[in-house]
Amino acid sequence: MATELGPTPVKEPASGGTPIHHGPKGVGEDNAIASQGKWASWLLAPTIVALGIVIVYPIISAIVMSFQKDAGLDPVTGLFTEGGPAGFSNYTNWLFQQCAAPGGGTVACPPGTLGSQFWSATGTTFYFTIVTVTLETILGFWMAIIMARTFRGRSLVRAAVLVPWAIPTAVTAQLWLFIFAFEGIGNKLFNTTILWTGSEIPARWAVIIADTWKTTPFMALLILAGLQMIPAEVYEAAKVDGASAWQRFRMITLPLVKPALMVAILFRTLDALRMFDLPYILTEGSNNTTTLSILVVNQIRQGFNSAAALSTITFIIIFIVAFIFVRFLGANVVEQQTGAGKGKK
Amino acid sequence: MTAATELRAEQDRGRKAAQNREKWASVRTYISAAVILFWCLAPAYWMVVTAFRDVGYTYDTSLLPTHITLDNFRTAFDTSFGNRFGQALLNSVFIGVTVTVISLVLGVFAAYALARLNFRFKYLVLGFILGASMFPGVALITPLFQLFTNIGWIGTYQALIIPNISFVLPLTVYTMTSFFREMPWELEEAARVDGCTQGQAFRRVIMPLAAPAIFTTAILAFISSWNEFLIASQLSNDATQPVTVAIANFAGAQPQQIPYTAIMAAGTIVTIPLVILVLVFQRKIVAGLTAGAVK
Amino acid sequence: MKTPKFLLPIATAGVLALTLSACGGGGGGSTTAGGDAEQGLDGRGPITYVQGKDNSNVVRPLIEKWNAAHPDEKVTFKEQTDQADQQHDDLVQNFQAKNANYDVVSVDVVWTAEFAAKGWLQPLKDKMALDTSAMLKPTVESASYKGTLYAAPQNSDGGILYYRKDLVPTAPKTWDEMMGMCSIAKENNIGCFAGQYAKYEGLTVNTSEAINSAGGSVLDAEGKPSLNTPEAKAGLETLTKAYADGSIPKEAITFQEEQGRQAFQNGKLLFHRNWPYVYNLAKTEGSSKVKDVLGMTALTGTDGPGASTLGGHSAGMSVYSKNKATALDFLKFLTSEETQKFYATQGSLAPVLGALYDDKELVAKLPYLPVLKTSIENAVPRPVTPFYPAVTKAIQENAYAAIKGEKTVDAALSDMQASIESASAGQ
Repeated sequence: MATELGPTPVKEPASGGTPIHHGPKGVGEDNAIASQGKWASWLLAPTIVALGIVIVYPIISAIVMSFQKDAGLDPVTGLFTEGGPAGFSNYTNWLFQQCAAPGGGTVACPPGTLGSQFWSATGTTFYFTIVTVTLETILGFWMAIIMARTFRGRSLVRAAVLVPWAIPTAVTAQLWLFIFAFEGIGNKLFNTTILWTGSEIPARWAVIIADTWKTTPFMALLILAGLQMIPAEVYEAAKVDGASAWQRFRMITLPLVKPALMVAILFRTLDALRMFDLPYILTEGSNNTTTLSILVVNQIRQGFNSAAALSTITFIIIFIVAFIFVRFLGANVVEQQTGAGKGKK
Repeated sequence: MTAATELRAEQDRGRKAAQNREKWASVRTYISAAVILFWCLAPAYWMVVTAFRDVGYTYDTSLLPTHITLDNFRTAFDTSFGNRFGQALLNSVFIGVTVTVISLVLGVFAAYALARLNFRFKYLVLGFILGASMFPGVALITPLFQLFTNIGWIGTYQALIIPNISFVLPLTVYTMTSFFREMPWELEEAARVDGCTQGQAFRRVIMPLAAPAIFTTAILAFISSWNEFLIASQLSNDATQPVTVAIANFAGAQPQQIPYTAIMAAGTIVTIPLVILVLVFQRKIVAGLTAGAVK
Repeated sequence: MKTPKFLLPIATAGVLALTLSACGGGGGGSTTAGGDAEQGLDGRGPITYVQGKDNSNVVRPLIEKWNAAHPDEKVTFKEQTDQADQQHDDLVQNFQAKNANYDVVSVDVVWTAEFAAKGWLQPLKDKMALDTSAMLKPTVESASYKGTLYAAPQNSDGGILYYRKDLVPTAPKTWDEMMGMCSIAKENNIGCFAGQYAKYEGLTVNTSEAINSAGGSVLDAEGKPSLNTPEAKAGLETLTKAYADGSIPKEAITFQEEQGRQAFQNGKLLFHRNWPYVYNLAKTEGSSKVKDVLGMTALTGTDGPGASTLGGHSAGMSVYSKNKATALDFLKFLTSEETQKFYATQGSLAPVLGALYDDKELVAKLPYLPVLKTSIENAVPRPVTPFYPAVTKAIQENAYAAIKGEKTVDAALSDMQASIESASAGQ
């Protein structure tokens, strides 16, 4: 990520790519980089501007607000008054689960305040992320492999796989709430009397099932696109060489699909860490299904500045996860394939 | 028995085993396909069944449709009480197509730069783009609302299109970059040797090869914009609202009643165009497959 | 080193962002609306009325009628979504942006104090005063903050106890009487009583009803929490005990309004606490098994009718409105007898004018009105506090744990108390 600045070395001829610019290292290369840099800046400018307006501006503005106290009530007039500068108190209050004390100062947040839920919400968020992304990756890979095969009715399967994803989340959440109701079709079908939204484990799994159902197609489609890029001859050759199905999967499919797979997993992880709609509509965050984003929304209704601090904390948490991901799992699409990372150390 | 007949028998057995294996593989494929179909369609089936059910029997749990009616679909499109579901569908299509086209063009530009060009701060740019997907979307609304109010954009299409572009751009750029990396760029070189300009080479040689990636990304971008609700619920008005907001507007005949049947009807309606879209697009995905095999 | 040109866009975006954030203003509760409350008092002209989804087409005909009579002061209807949370957030966004186009807004009774304390609602006093003498007192209280009226009560809502006439000989008057009848439910193999106990706004309603019915209160007159009382304990205990001994069936922990209605309509409950809307549906829906045996009575309390939690909406006037004279006229129009009657007949919305509950014609159409009148007359507004979002979360979180038996009633109440104190302490 942002750690590796400085000139990128000339690409090595790797993974089918040929370097565009040959010639000796030195002055010529610097010129080449400069001219490519000019090109690159033109090509990247629209993307960066678009992200700048709609993402960067709100983020910066939220960060500015996170250093302001939320409005407090003037006991005489009964009106809210501006809170004034807060320093890092909005942040420390979340991290140490401190809430305002009636007589001034802070106390440990009593159960029932949003402040008392920060670490449990963080835990829940990671739980959901790890379980759903794992399930979605395995299921998505399997679906993609099936869809890549040639068989009659393949287009039907391909269209069907996208159905869960095509239904807007607002409808999906209502649909699952409907299915998971005590007297709903879920319990009826399996002849169970589970209170799906009534205790921790079923509530969490209700969210996980609904989310996995909804987002596996995303994974499947991206992986399928990756599979499509693998020429059939490679498999034929491997078969002739007597490689078993598992060997073919491990030695050919996996490495060649890896870039697409990593992008898919990376973005799913980022999305899962910000999960909001499904648990919010299914359980309203009860029974330990409150994610960080739900906590942010609840806090926005109680005071935006503190919510901005929580959002920034969430941002930092996600940033760290992404950083680790890119660094250790090699999700960085550029590094991995140019060999730049190898060359650099 | 001679050695020759033994050998032939051996070969026969081998061929039979191979045929059996093939047969089994194909059976396994069909079983898998059936499981996938069930997993993906069973809940959706329940949505459709509910959509056709009389509102008075909303909570009926018989598996086959009962008390069938088209009322829910009529309710969905009924404009007399200020529902604008039809208009909202058009809005969603317009917003979705615009977002998809623009973000693909921008994404292809950016991905080409990131995958093919050498320049400084590449990692910074990649980090910046990825960073845009890290802030909780729910917290972006308040500042965005202030910004769009200040510049008078509330209730305009661009107030919905531009945020959506930004939401899908990081994914678009990363996917395209990862696919561009896999491209056989030596073909582009070859085309240039044959007299094509770099632009021509890119259009005529690389783009067709990248078709699966581009159409996959297009589907991802379109659906993501099609599903967007949070921003739209605050930044749209009656005229520009997309279908997700229109569905949230569905109200039961009675104050606290949740109109499940009408919601499910709406869900059914909005899913159909996407299924059609996918059926059309996937020809392109398959076309890309054969093109890729030339490599 | 040459300037890395492609960084220019980032720099531009950064500068743009900083400039914008400087002039964009904060999102927090910007306040001190003194000046805004003084402007536009005599202003007349077109205004906008903002309300959630108009379920049964009440608002449009009303506005048409108004517009026909006031061609120069036309009202435009801005319809929000059907979801209360989103209506709330939409109003907050527009108030924060000082949007002058949100002239008259429909506010849920629980938002009044918050919006008033933020300085967004025009105080309805002095020149802007509104006559409330004919209105039911609890509805006026729920539209007031610190003794000042901030919104015009528009429609009301109260809880009703539905029961099975075929199984219950006489309607119970007190909670204990009702619990005594649970043996009937057992004989018939159905659940005895249920309200709404999923962790959402409805749980706050049911919890404060239990506490108020036992003579306690969530907040005292000063707006300070008063949950450390024997009455509050007795109130919450009615729910926890009934849940523990099965009088309230286990699945009720997942009930919102609709799931409870479903169970009652399917004949699986003897008693059911819900809103008036259930009456029409239970009487008419094809799947309803209680069409002919539907009984209604007031909620039960310790030794008489219980104290329902008040629902409903009020119409507030934005301080940023430019045409407040017109807005005030429109508020008067909304609370007029004729309009109130139309609300009731067309939209099944409970009127705020006491006299209408005895109107023969209305009662014939809405047979639950007499029961509802008892309910609303005994009703206690939900806690009137500018910290309502925090208060309701504190109640939900702890009441939910107490009902499920994960927490003692004492611990739940003291945690509620502490959470509300902390929220009101500000930061």
